[in-house]
Amino acid sequence: MDTKQFERGPDLPPPITEIGAIGWLRRNLFSSWLNSLLTVVVAYLLWLMLPPLIDWALISSDWTGTSREDCTSDGACWVFVSVRFNQFMYGFYPEAQQWRIDLIYGTLFLLMIPLFLKAFPWKTWLGGFIIFVYPFIAYGFLDGAWFGFEVIETTKWGGLSLTLILAGIGCVAALPLGILLALGRRATDMPIVKAVCVVFIEFWRGVPLITVLFMSSVMLPLFLPEGVTFDKLMRALIGITLFQSAYMAEVVRGGLQAIPKGQYEAADALGLGYWKKTALIIMPQALKIVIPGIVNTFIALIKDTTLVLIIGLFELLGMIQNALNDPNWLGFSTEGYAFTAMVFWIICFSLSRYSMHIERKLHTGHKR
Amino acid sequence: MSEQATHQQPAIDDVMIELRGMHKWYDKFHVLKDINLTVHKGERIVVCGPSGSGKSTMIRCINRLEEHQRGQIIVDGTELTGDLKHVEQIRKEVGMVFQHFNLFPHLTVLDNCTLAPIWVRKMPRREAEEVAMRYLEKVKIPEQANKYPGQLSGGQQQRVAIARSLCMNPRIMLFDEPTSALDPEMIKEVLDTMIELAETGMTMICVTHEMGFAKTVANRVIFMDAGEIVEENEPHEFFNNPQQDRTKLFLSQILGH
Repeated sequence: MDTKQFERGPDLPPPITEIGAIGWLRRNLFSSWLNSLLTVVVAYLLWLMLPPLIDWALISSDWTGTSREDCTSDGACWVFVSVRFNQFMYGFYPEAQQWRIDLIYGTLFLLMIPLFLKAFPWKTWLGGFIIFVYPFIAYGFLDGAWFGFEVIETTKWGGLSLTLILAGIGCVAALPLGILLALGRRATDMPIVKAVCVVFIEFWRGVPLITVLFMSSVMLPLFLPEGVTFDKLMRALIGITLFQSAYMAEVVRGGLQAIPKGQYEAADALGLGYWKKTALIIMPQALKIVIPGIVNTFIALIKDTTLVLIIGLFELLGMIQNALNDPNWLGFSTEGYAFTAMVFWIICFSLSRYSMHIERKLHTGHKR
Repeated sequence: MSEQATHQQPAIDDVMIELRGMHKWYDKFHVLKDINLTVHKGERIVVCGPSGSGKSTMIRCINRLEEHQRGQIIVDGTELTGDLKHVEQIRKEVGMVFQHFNLFPHLTVLDNCTLAPIWVRKMPRREAEEVAMRYLEKVKIPEQANKYPGQLSGGQQQRVAIARSLCMNPRIMLFDEPTSALDPEMIKEVLDTMIELAETGMTMICVTHEMGFAKTVANRVIFMDAGEIVEENEPHEFFNNPQQDRTKLFLSQILGH
């Protein structure tokens, strides 16, 4: 019998319509008649809306000047923002002392640089310092009392610098608390711990943040003994942290539930105790899975900081509202809100991109 | 290896594992009934039986991944009780290899191997890495040390899992169907690794369906059905002259096809 030996076929190039720009268009914009229709409709809407927006914001807008008289064209009057810029950043912090804020944020920025360098060996220590020690130094420095500077009360703090304090401390404090709550909620062999965590989480998730802030500001002083005062900013921070930690706990719990039982068993079989197992095996994997959820919570927190306006703290949006009440600048709310939206969008979008970068970096091939 | 060498009874008569009248229930379901088993140092036991017979549950009781409710389990002189100290002590000495490998996907192969020696045995990192590389060479994948488990084939992953257990320098190794999740092409490389391990005199209990492995490596084969040890014999007798009808039926089903 004549048996032909098997021969490997040659590799052929893919069809021209599947690769390059044409392939991309076909796959992404015109893959079906419905998709093609949507592409055309969206393109038409963009053509209608984008030119006027660009014209208002960039082309026929005013950028320089000192008062509303300098706004002569039809477009946006960015003079409002540039004149008030200092307040939007620093709130009512006295101008002569604003170097303290600059110094604190500048130092923080410098301290964080080594964290992004691969070769830096003391990342854990530096990270720990930034998270657990630096906030207290920063508080002392901005308040001034501990360092012998002019004391500037937290009620004068404001603007974007206050937004970042609220958001930063909120995120840094809510994550570890959330992790502990999530672990507690899964501790089936410790029913009391579990019950406490469940009640805590369900309570804080069930109330709106605005009532939490209101209560912390209005109700709490009623229960405190006479003469005991509690810094307003501190109360807001505690309220935000407790509130967000409940959300964080549920996000983290979602990650914990996604870890296969085999991972726990392998860690047990190697003789790792509960905390080592959790810290070295379970948490790194669970947190990696829920990075999108964690960042989602962070972003919500950053935007929720605007609610502190209700207890009389003027973060970025608060300062803008305040400026809009100035008789000299009545009627420029569009510019004010557009500016706020832009600032928040830049912060949140950067965070979102950074989280995607981390996800890619932590991706270690196919899961088993 | 020669048949003679592997079938020799171990000379030293130290008892490594002893199960005495051990029972286990899942809720009301009686999974393990009056298990009595003594394993001596250097013995290689193969446990077989139909699925649901309790064989995995039995070996998982030995390092307390499962809790038994009645009877005694004594491992290397320490009795397994609710006392966490005892449990941790025993887990240090008992290595386990799982059906689905259960490598830690977020750590490199090397870190998988050094994690427990560093954190449980308090070994310095340098030393732990040397030990790990030695075992990775033994399982013939030192070149994969810096890859992640997800980048390896199933057979390679299982060999890493074996190396990871060995890095803790255990006195006993438990294998829970180590080749069941593997493609046929990869079963041999894992079995070869296990055979080499057997030659070093390691005390081993293997739950497996690889009857070839049982014939060449085991000192004793245990057949379980419905939570009980039905028959226990040295491999030649077990395969050629089974005593119980249940064993005969099982053997005819797995060897007959």
